[in-house]
Amino acid sequence: MMRRVAIVEVALSPAGESADNYLDQVYRVCREVLDKAGITREDVGTVVSASSDVFHGGVSCANAYYWDSGAAFLKNGTRQDGESLLAFSYAVMRILTGHYDTALVLGLCKGSENPDNDMITHFFTDPFYQRPLGLNETVAAGLQMRAYLEHSGTTEEQCARVVVKNLGNALRNPNAHRKGRLDVDTVLRSPKVMDPLKELECAPKSEGFVALLLASEDKAKKLTKRPVWFRGFGSSMDFFYLGDRDMGSGVLAQAAKRAYDMAGIRDPVKEIHVAEVTEPYAFQELLWYEGLGFCGPGEGGKFLDTGATAPEGSLPVNPSGGVLAANPYVSRGLCRLAEVTLQIRGQAGERQVDREVETGLAHGTHGFAGQFHAVAVVGA
Amino acid sequence: MITRDKKGNPILEAEARIPYELALGPTVHRFFEGFKQRKILGTRCHACGRVLVPARSFCPRCFVDMNEWVEVSQEGRVLSWAVTNYEYFGMPTKPPFIQSLILLGGTDCGFMHLIGGVDLSDVDRVGRIVKTGMTVRAVWRESRTGCIMDIQHFAPVD
Amino acid sequence: MPDKHFHTKKHDVWLPYRFSAGPVFERFFEGLKAGKILGNRCPRCERVLVPARTFCPRCYVDMGQWVEVSQEGRLVTWTMSTEPFFGMRTDLPYVAGLIHLDGTNCNFMHLLGGFETMDIEAVRERLKGSVRVRAVWREEREGDMLDIKYFEAAD
Repeated sequence: MMRRVAIVEVALSPAGESADNYLDQVYRVCREVLDKAGITREDVGTVVSASSDVFHGGVSCANAYYWDSGAAFLKNGTRQDGESLLAFSYAVMRILTGHYDTALVLGLCKGSENPDNDMITHFFTDPFYQRPLGLNETVAAGLQMRAYLEHSGTTEEQCARVVVKNLGNALRNPNAHRKGRLDVDTVLRSPKVMDPLKELECAPKSEGFVALLLASEDKAKKLTKRPVWFRGFGSSMDFFYLGDRDMGSGVLAQAAKRAYDMAGIRDPVKEIHVAEVTEPYAFQELLWYEGLGFCGPGEGGKFLDTGATAPEGSLPVNPSGGVLAANPYVSRGLCRLAEVTLQIRGQAGERQVDREVETGLAHGTHGFAGQFHAVAVVGA
Repeated sequence: MITRDKKGNPILEAEARIPYELALGPTVHRFFEGFKQRKILGTRCHACGRVLVPARSFCPRCFVDMNEWVEVSQEGRVLSWAVTNYEYFGMPTKPPFIQSLILLGGTDCGFMHLIGGVDLSDVDRVGRIVKTGMTVRAVWRESRTGCIMDIQHFAPVD
Repeated sequence: MPDKHFHTKKHDVWLPYRFSAGPVFERFFEGLKAGKILGNRCPRCERVLVPARTFCPRCYVDMGQWVEVSQEGRLVTWTMSTEPFFGMRTDLPYVAGLIHLDGTNCNFMHLLGGFETMDIEAVRERLKGSVRVRAVWREEREGDMLDIKYFEAAD
């Protein structure tokens, strides 16, 4: 039988601006996770971090800069750029090799001191064909949103309702960066930043320092009474140029199927009890419902309207407030996984969902309009 | 716009200019406040007993918090040095200049700074003046803003 | 950036780059200089992709025959900003679209222009439904995506 891997502890920083410096914040979450597990740095087998340092930090190469803080001394610290959930999958694989009993997974982002995400994502573009046209991630999202509205019949009100739900959920999350009791009209009346996208439908730029301690089955049982087991992971990459894609939920269905197959999940709507998805633009949460198989194609808005994804619903999505409430650009996928872990352990405090949670899903996406998707399934 | 490089190959010239504003955090801030008062501050690790300078918030060897502040000596022994005689982006001053690791009195790590006050007109002969193991002392700027260059350089002590 | 209430250090990163264009991109930009939009055809799936590529991203084989494509097409989706943002090289309002050029098999990203108003509601009305658009060229062309000024409504 395959070795099993569990998340045994997590630590998550607040998402609002902090006066601490980057190195100290990295140290704090690592220290916290080690102290909670009752182990020393020397007990950690390997470290995998997720960060994007040149642009999201102004430091190159931070994979050298922050390793002291990241508990990597005398270990094979490795950095992953791109979707941070991949760092989790790499750490799981390292434990599965049998060479390590524990692994520390880090997601590091100090958004408060970075330039605007639009400025940074402008540099994600092809300098020949795209950059002269001013493409950035928000432009891509605006193009995707209009195509989605027109093809699916989803309304702008339904997209705005995602903001109402998520920022409302964030009221119960002390770590959230943005929160509020809003109504649909307020969202619709907020400035149109990239028509049809409104300002309140776009995620902020936040901090997110997250540490997860992973362990093999034997070790996990020694370290915690409440291990959260790795059950499945899947990812998929779409084409780069927007004009080569369908601009819908793209390759998410494929990423989800890979994760579900590995986890033995046949009916995600019944078998997933909570999900944290990466929705930097509100309408994307509806698109991702479809890609994750929570509802049929084009039915994301209707699924939201049923109330299923509310904290008291049958499949709560983003009870933390999601990325609309806190958007640490390069660690947000791992932050989703940390939130799901807390939900499964019953440690989510005021944001703990009403229903019983045995199995949870974390979703991350990177690149414009969902070029890359990653899905992780974990359970009690 | 596509242009040509020296060999005639088509290229696109581009640049990235990105502004950042980085948080110092309390430890780094206190260290630089010390600089304003011509003091070099380190921190002592309660686990290994070492004094590290510049001050740190945690000991990289022991991975524990560092809370005990220590004012360290402004004199130290040169552990190593290198002469730079070309220009590059981010250089601290016009070349030639000498970068060095200095073991300040009462500390347990190398402190990186410049060595100055030395005749650099013939870079090939610098080795006759600057020696590993020699004693150097901090030379402060008159106007200090709380940054690493508040110390102009370390000069040889005769 | 707003003033912060805690101690910070301002730090600007400036990085110069020189990207090699390579023969395929170069030929595409030479085409723009000559007022032509060039695509190329995949020998396997036979799709015409534009701008021209070195390889077909779907079939993962070298692209074949060069094709001058139509300067007209159908607007597939668009987005608009009346706020300036970093990387914008054109005047406001910024309207970008994905355009399905006739005879091609992908969507071409470019700007839309020639509108009479900066009012979003009026632009929404103008671009509602199936809209055909056509390339408008600059007089002075230098081998750049913006040699095409924008695409204007063709009907």
